[in-house]
Amino acid sequence: MQRHLISAADLTRDDAVLILDTAEEMARVADRPIKKLPTLRGRTVVNLFFEDSTRTRISFEAAEKRLSADVINFSAKGSSVSKGESLKDTAQTLEAMGVDAVVIRHGASGAPYRLANSGWIDAAVINAGDGTHQHPTQALLDAFTMRRRLVGRDAGIGQDLAGKRITIVGDILHGRVARSNVDLLHTLGAEVTLVAPPTLLPIGVETWPCEVSYDLDSTLPKSDAVMMLRVQRERMNAAFFPTEREYSRRYGLDGDRMAKMPEHAIVMHPGPMVRGMEITAEVADSERCTAIEQVANGVSTRMAVLYLLLGGNEPAVAHPSPTTTLATRRSAPASEFRTEEK
Amino acid sequence: MDKQQEAQQSDARPVLEGPDIARVLTRIAHEIVERAKGADDVVLLGIPTRGVFLAQRLGVKLEQITERKIPVGSLDITMYRDDLRMHPPRALARTEIPGDGLDGRLVVLVDDVLFSGRTIRAALDALNDLGRPRAVQLAVLVDRGHRELPIRADYVGKNLPTSLRETVKVQLAEEDGRDTVLLGAKRSARGAQQ
Repeated sequence: MQRHLISAADLTRDDAVLILDTAEEMARVADRPIKKLPTLRGRTVVNLFFEDSTRTRISFEAAEKRLSADVINFSAKGSSVSKGESLKDTAQTLEAMGVDAVVIRHGASGAPYRLANSGWIDAAVINAGDGTHQHPTQALLDAFTMRRRLVGRDAGIGQDLAGKRITIVGDILHGRVARSNVDLLHTLGAEVTLVAPPTLLPIGVETWPCEVSYDLDSTLPKSDAVMMLRVQRERMNAAFFPTEREYSRRYGLDGDRMAKMPEHAIVMHPGPMVRGMEITAEVADSERCTAIEQVANGVSTRMAVLYLLLGGNEPAVAHPSPTTTLATRRSAPASEFRTEEK
Repeated sequence: MDKQQEAQQSDARPVLEGPDIARVLTRIAHEIVERAKGADDVVLLGIPTRGVFLAQRLGVKLEQITERKIPVGSLDITMYRDDLRMHPPRALARTEIPGDGLDGRLVVLVDDVLFSGRTIRAALDALNDLGRPRAVQLAVLVDRGHRELPIRADYVGKNLPTSLRETVKVQLAEEDGRDTVLLGAKRSARGAQQ
């Protein structure tokens, strides 16, 4: 992680654990009578959403407001973008207004990277989902939820997810959530298995650091967490499976399938859920489903990311110098932030 | 960190040793009971890292004196610091408010070293967001002077006149393996006042 958070793959293990630990302290702010910290007073954050989003935008907005940042919401609908303005002009407009950070959701993969590396804008860029590429804060909040449930709230501090078996089921092809999660979970030491019909797996998935299976029933008993993904109908322009009913029968999670999971295993869903398709109402409403918890954890995790990127005079996590390669960067210690003197 | 610590220890002079610290805490506990007329509504809040251990030790001593349970918690002031923008963000520590809250209680903040007073200012701001105590008092193990804000301690373990070229380092068994307060010469430009 540099000044920006573009991809979950950019995070080292120490970066990710630092973010999760910080999120754990941020979560406690939600229990206070005054749910606000003065940390980002006087900093301006723009939520630049070129694509529809409810929970991610609201979650970022809540996180920004809890840290006392000034928040500007910008959605492409009804804005200058619908009149034909380019990303560059939008960015330069925001730069002229003096924003400190841009949270961007864009339909095109790579738009946040372009924004961060183009020199159009000086602000920190946080990717809130770009095309079918990445959604790093979603992966972080999922990892946070897993660590809380599978390791423990206090026991998890400083820990990663080593040895945990995570199964991700559904539309991997169109899913930035799956890609971000595979990257981050691999960094955190978890074993990831993707389960989907062959048509919904991207080309090159065999190079990802995970297992791939077409059979959900044989994978469930070996899972500590099962993450169900929505089939993204809006991105589908071909027939990926014969009927929704068939998909649901083979890859949907119902009560009988949930019973095959180990006792302690949890069911996760990043939302929005399509009940009756990838998940039944029985599972969605059960104790083991963390979908609502994930929303609450999303605010804490995003507060942690905003604090670590914007809270000081420079980001808290490792700055790879331009000459270091990715390999050396991964092994380098991340803790450049000041701890209380030991 | 270890090398730095060793280097610091080699030319640092202990001003308080383990038994001194224990005696000082016993005295402060008695002073708190005396001033609070029984310490009925006292809540101890330690400021991480070492203030928390001192608060826990004070809590034990207060319980021995009053034979009542004394609530002890911690108050992390990182997010309220006035120098946040001058360094990379710090890792956060735990804020733990005892179950009954702070409203109407006598809150005693506990820290190891009182120096510029900026930490305590941040702690007062943090308290503001957590409740409305009846009163707030401050207990410190060492007051080394050089205040930059109009803040003073109600209970002081040891007044230690220092120069700005010196460092005061508190070590406690829970964190450092032994109890001592070291006075040494400053090596780096920063990091002395903790």
